[in-house]
Amino acid sequence: MVTLLNENYHVCTGCALLCDDIEVVTGSGRITEVKTACRKGVARMKGCSEPMSPTVDGQEVDIDNAIGAAAGILSNARSPLVFGLGNSTNMAQKKAIELAKRIGAVIDDTSSFCQGPTLEAIFNENIRSTTLDDVRNKADVIVYWGADASNSHPRHFSKYSYFPRGQERQRGWEEDRIMITIDIRRSHTAKISGDKFYQIPLQADAEFIDALIDALSGKVPKVSFGFDIKRILELANILKKARFGTIFVGLGLVYSIDNMDPVVKLMDKLNEMSNFHLIPMVGHYNMRGFNQNLFNETGYLNRVKFEKGDSTDVQHGAEFSIVETLNNKAADAALVIGSDPLSSLPRVIAEHLLNIPVITIDPCETFTSRKAKVTIPSALSGVECGGSAIRMDGVEVKFEPIIETNRPPDEEILTRIMEAL
Amino acid sequence: MTNAMEIYKFLPKTNCKECGKATCMAFAVSLLSRELTVGDCPPLKEDDFKANYEKLSGMLTPVKGAAETGMIVHEDKCFGCGNCVVACPVNVADDPHGTGIGRAPTSDKVILRVEDGIVRTSNVHECRRFGMDKILCNGCIVTCPTEAIEFV
Ligand code: SF4
Ligand code: SF4
Ligand code: SF4
Repeated sequence: MVTLLNENYHVCTGCALLCDDIEVVTGSGRITEVKTACRKGVARMKGCSEPMSPTVDGQEVDIDNAIGAAAGILSNARSPLVFGLGNSTNMAQKKAIELAKRIGAVIDDTSSFCQGPTLEAIFNENIRSTTLDDVRNKADVIVYWGADASNSHPRHFSKYSYFPRGQERQRGWEEDRIMITIDIRRSHTAKISGDKFYQIPLQADAEFIDALIDALSGKVPKVSFGFDIKRILELANILKKARFGTIFVGLGLVYSIDNMDPVVKLMDKLNEMSNFHLIPMVGHYNMRGFNQNLFNETGYLNRVKFEKGDSTDVQHGAEFSIVETLNNKAADAALVIGSDPLSSLPRVIAEHLLNIPVITIDPCETFTSRKAKVTIPSALSGVECGGSAIRMDGVEVKFEPIIETNRPPDEEILTRIMEAL
Repeated sequence: MTNAMEIYKFLPKTNCKECGKATCMAFAVSLLSRELTVGDCPPLKEDDFKANYEKLSGMLTPVKGAAETGMIVHEDKCFGCGNCVVACPVNVADDPHGTGIGRAPTSDKVILRVEDGIVRTSNVHECRRFGMDKILCNGCIVTCPTEAIEFV
């Protein structure tokens, strides 16, 4: 659990780095100035440009009516879908899981098409992980693989991985740390790595991993694409000598491999000769929290189906991912919490959402909310309501509300829907 | 960005010492650090060097928006990542328990900080690129992913 170092500090819920050193200035019920957060964080903390109103069928209603309408839809649904929750607190996520059980819903989040496999390998202890605090204090070799942290988590290098001094890293980044980027394009992150950028072709990650494992084993590495073998040997040599290495895995790597086996193999090899850890570059501020909470409850981190009236009947499988559920037109109603599947999923898949009643709970208007049958505005977590969340490295971070609102937090809305079922 | 060599090209290169410096190259460095001005070189004011005088004055006029030290922040490019803030050696030395370890500044002496998602400068005279004991620090330039900081 992170304890805030200074009573004036707040937590930024702009991404799963959950920066805990943010000072704000408030005035007339708004945050007017944000110190130390990146631009992405400032945008989150200053609130939505388009707040959502309570509506039913596009007509503005009071929130009680919207909640009543939502309960009506969910009571009548035979196979409802509950989706999202990456931008909700732990408390709200637990409530949503409870609701999914009550109504016999499929429950899933974005992890089923992003970092799910990485987190699953960590939860099942197939891969060794570490905390960002240990990375700051100890890491001498940092690898960003298929991850453009500079854009997704702007303070990643400056707060934890590369630039700060740490207990065992007192001499600064130029001397004490090596940052490596492996990616298909020269991203901003690659630029920071300088000559330690290894550019590989699309879908070549598994092959590059094999070559690297060969190089680590003292064999001559081979790849089918043009790549200077000396550079692979050089890379293997740096990894081998690491005293505390960490690989940050981005979606570029996750999307290019069929399963985590190559990564597990690489980590095992690295740990035969040095000391390596892996952290997934989780995007939404509490996606890892959702996966952890569902895992604690069911043993699965996503893609779960509950049976109505039998809380012990838990099914799990690929067919319960949001993508498959929508593809198979298997849902007859959807409750979307803090997420925008109509803009994040391919149109052909998301299309089914246009044919079923959708309820959105969100502080801000989204593409999905504009098409929804019922919209219920909620407090912006981390700003208008407090709670706790799980950082990308698994550390719990607590936060208090900064400004007041009359919009209820997600967990209160979910509780009231349950009461009205 | 102007460097000492470029300035040197337009000097008389006679090492006459009239400016108070041992060599023209030393004078070029003083111009760059703004310790001396073009007018401190008497031969440059002679007719023969009129064109060079004007050229140098143009090169050394602070660009619009630049701090007295020549630092320019392109706010449109900055996204507040804080790399420059944490990499700046002056920040590390003056604020070892704040910016030095990646956290929010805890000292008023820092040169760089991020406010509203954009880097802000203060105490720029402390920057290692300027003054008498200057060094060619490029901490904030090479760590910026978007080339938002520039010295002119
Ligand atoms: S890096 Fe993420 S948590 Fe940190 S300030 Fe930026 S958006 Fe907020
Ligand atoms: S040039 Fe060096 S000392 Fe000056 S602001 Fe940049 S990093 Fe700091
Ligand atoms: S100037 Fe560059 S390095 Fe500094 S905060 Fe802005 S984007 Fe980051």
